[in-house]
Amino acid sequence: MAVEVLDSDGIRRALTRIAHEIVERNDGVKGLALVGIHTCGVPLARRIAEAIARIEGTEPPVGAIDITLYRDDAGRLGATAHMEPSDIPFDLQERKVVLVDDVLYTGRTIRAALDALIDFGRPAAVQLAVLIDRGHRELPIRADYVGKNVPTSRSQKVRVELGEHGERDAVWIEEAANGTR
Amino acid sequence: MALGNRHLLGLEGVSAEDITVLLDTAESLVEVSRREVKKLPALRGKTVINFFVENSTRTRTSFEIAAKRLSADAISISSSSSSMAKGETFEDTARNLAAMSPDCIVVRHPASGAARFLAGVVDCSIINAGDGSHEHPTQALLDLLTIRQRKKCAWKDLVVTIVGDIVHSRVARSNLFGLRTLGATVRLAGPPTLLPEEFREFGAELYYDIGSAVQDADVIMMLRIQHERMASNYFPTLNEYARYFCLNAEKVARAKPDVIILHPGPINRGIEISSEVADGPYSVIMSQVANGVALRMALLYQLIIPGADGIRGSALVEPAVTAAPGRARIE
Amino acid sequence: MTTRNQRNTAPPALLVRGGHLVDPVSGRDGLFDVLIEHGRVVGVGSPGSLDPAQLAMPGMGSDVPVIDARGLIVAPGFVDMHVHLREPGYEYKETIETGTRAAVAGGVTSVACMANTDPVNDNASVTKYIIDKGAEAGYANVYPIGAVSVGLKGERMAEFGKMVEAGIVAVSDDGMPVADSSLMRRALEYARMFDIPVIVHEEDPGLCCGAVMNEGTVSVRLGLRGMPSAGESVMVARDIELARATRGRLHIAHISCAEAVEMVRRAKAEGLAVTAEAAPHHFILEESAVDGYNTNAKMKPPLRTARDVEAVRQGLADGTIDAIATDHAPHHRDEKVCEFDKAAFGILGLETMLPLSLELVRAGYLSMTRLIDALAPAPSRILGIERGTLEPGAVADLVLFDPEREWTLTAATMVSKSRNTPFDGWKMKGRVVRTLVGGVTVWEHTE
Repeated sequence: MAVEVLDSDGIRRALTRIAHEIVERNDGVKGLALVGIHTCGVPLARRIAEAIARIEGTEPPVGAIDITLYRDDAGRLGATAHMEPSDIPFDLQERKVVLVDDVLYTGRTIRAALDALIDFGRPAAVQLAVLIDRGHRELPIRADYVGKNVPTSRSQKVRVELGEHGERDAVWIEEAANGTR
Repeated sequence: MALGNRHLLGLEGVSAEDITVLLDTAESLVEVSRREVKKLPALRGKTVINFFVENSTRTRTSFEIAAKRLSADAISISSSSSSMAKGETFEDTARNLAAMSPDCIVVRHPASGAARFLAGVVDCSIINAGDGSHEHPTQALLDLLTIRQRKKCAWKDLVVTIVGDIVHSRVARSNLFGLRTLGATVRLAGPPTLLPEEFREFGAELYYDIGSAVQDADVIMMLRIQHERMASNYFPTLNEYARYFCLNAEKVARAKPDVIILHPGPINRGIEISSEVADGPYSVIMSQVANGVALRMALLYQLIIPGADGIRGSALVEPAVTAAPGRARIE
Repeated sequence: MTTRNQRNTAPPALLVRGGHLVDPVSGRDGLFDVLIEHGRVVGVGSPGSLDPAQLAMPGMGSDVPVIDARGLIVAPGFVDMHVHLREPGYEYKETIETGTRAAVAGGVTSVACMANTDPVNDNASVTKYIIDKGAEAGYANVYPIGAVSVGLKGERMAEFGKMVEAGIVAVSDDGMPVADSSLMRRALEYARMFDIPVIVHEEDPGLCCGAVMNEGTVSVRLGLRGMPSAGESVMVARDIELARATRGRLHIAHISCAEAVEMVRRAKAEGLAVTAEAAPHHFILEESAVDGYNTNAKMKPPLRTARDVEAVRQGLADGTIDAIATDHAPHHRDEKVCEFDKAAFGILGLETMLPLSLELVRAGYLSMTRLIDALAPAPSRILGIERGTLEPGAVADLVLFDPEREWTLTAATMVSKSRNTPFDGWKMKGRVVRTLVGGVTVWEHTE
């Protein structure tokens, strides 16, 4: 059984709000960069960058990182055939970087992403933007920008669908028994 | 599902899917060498032993860097520093290495089948880094990666010509198996003494004339010619070998205009490849070296981290032993 | 189960009753009783027709022990003319005692053992030593084969005459080819004086240099150096021509390739004194047995192709190949559990000869009579030894076997001191039930 918690419009409004908050907090786009975490964080970062461009007239640079090889649970989850190249097409030095991901859960992905990011250079500051915060943190990590807080139980699964190819955007909560795993 | 130890003993029998996963993973790791901090924590706490019974600075260094970039503890043991120099058997040396609980042993050995033998003796993943005249799968995989980066067409539309001492070349065998699995056309060229007819049975086309062999080829792979072959009369002199099989600009002109030229190194300039070609615009020899590290990182990760989502191919696990191998048909 | 041969306690008389006798020399092929007295066959007759009391042993009457052979084939004990007993010098692989015990377990009552021991059997004292050790062991009869050349070096001819006086039945440098054509010529000529065959291991040293398996698809795929068939056939061609020139007796050991079989066929048609033997692995296994770098499939000559296997089978069927001989070559585990290039050549043969050979009968290549001929009378004729028949008056070396009994070979429980067999775990059909040498049971299999 799946319950929709955000639809296309909801997602668009949440991202627009996050874009405003980022501009507000950082006094514009100067020295700002967005880095999406593969897989869903990358299109989200791109959409936020576009929203910022509509507000400020300048689009901040967008990068992508794959954190597969940084996970502390790699041995538990096992090797994956799906890995993407990390691509940071700008110098991180003195940049204010906003990490972007779809769902914030235990915090382990973000910890790995921080490790990965720092291997590319030394940013001036790192902030975190997520579309969904579902709670259950296992590490002292919190998001600076949240699209929607969604209380969940651990047995549930949050599924984010981003229609990059014309399909509909949506966020669903599923019972694990009904889930994909 | 328990997969047990996974090995890469050769490319013979490895599926196109597994080869593609390895190439994809390697592709995503190419950028690591351009980072400020060239290190990933994926294999932290894992131990990789490079066991090189036959010397090869190039391959050993590549594996060492690959293991270290993934944060594995990598140590190298060469034949002169191992007890084999003191008369210990290969099996005993292997058991001693296994007692150190490595997660993976990378082995280079002058005897064909040595990697396979090791896989039967020790309880960890084995990577064949070249066994005698048999296979050198990581060299072939990095060649495949290099080809794929430069050629955007499908494998089945590619013509790859391999020239030189085919019969003694583990690089040629691994490339032949890998390329045929992916669907490419493979032409082998060399004097008949170094190119047995049996290679036809593995799907290769045979040529004794390098000119026809490279006609309209997309990729030319030149093999290193070993000087000692002369002593066994495989050909009369290096000079005469070069006369018929040296890749020079005139022969390259017969290939496709966007042909690329590979060589596993080290090069004998003027013997199998002329300097103008080796240093020319078609040569991708330096990309091969860079791809070698990324490919070996991908392989170490895929073999050492057990996962159902990664590679799973037949030859990567211990091949099943049939009940009565080699039994002749009898009615 | 085995009973150690105790000749002094041998029963004076023994009746083998109710078996199916296959004795190619006499032509008998049917139900016969065999009566044995003092180690020799004294009577062969239809079931129930032999009454010990009426024969040479008055007074024994119904006390004569009886071996129930119903449901079994009774045949002259097998003669394996190509065995490496490894003693003296390589007792860690096999001894004369363990080797002859493995022989009788396989129904082999006589073995001819090759000279490549250490010291080499190139002089009468080594010959004498082997014969004494064989007698002491008390299992199969041991017939030594002397070296062609001193130390198997292929240079100076060994003392054939003195060795013949000590008991050799043939000469051979087996394990090594006789590379020097002049030495080969002289050996064939000189051996005529003693009417012994020169047994040849055919391998051209140049063509086979450094090679470890058959040259062909499998060697190309595995990256192993191959021996071409020509490495064998050019030497067979040379030696047939030398046999023609010298009128010497030439015996081709372990023939393995189609070309060589055809040459022997033609030589025989021309009336030359050329004979040949084949090993079971050369008519049961192909080169693909090497796959996976299986060192137990490494031997000389190497396992060859399906075409060669068929030629060997046809050669045995039409008599081109006279005898089946195992080339029993025990090696220690450490000589086989290693890199393929470094592994020793050769496999065990004695204990698997019968079931593997029976496959040729079941597949219709050989009649049972022809099979027994290849296993006993033919090698006896070649070696000139008085074995291979159960005619009255013959030494009572015999084997009782069940051609239908199925069993699984387990290398770990083999009688030989070594374990190097490619047939480990194979389902076998045909089992030796009892082996008698000189009228004494030296091997008895109980389930």
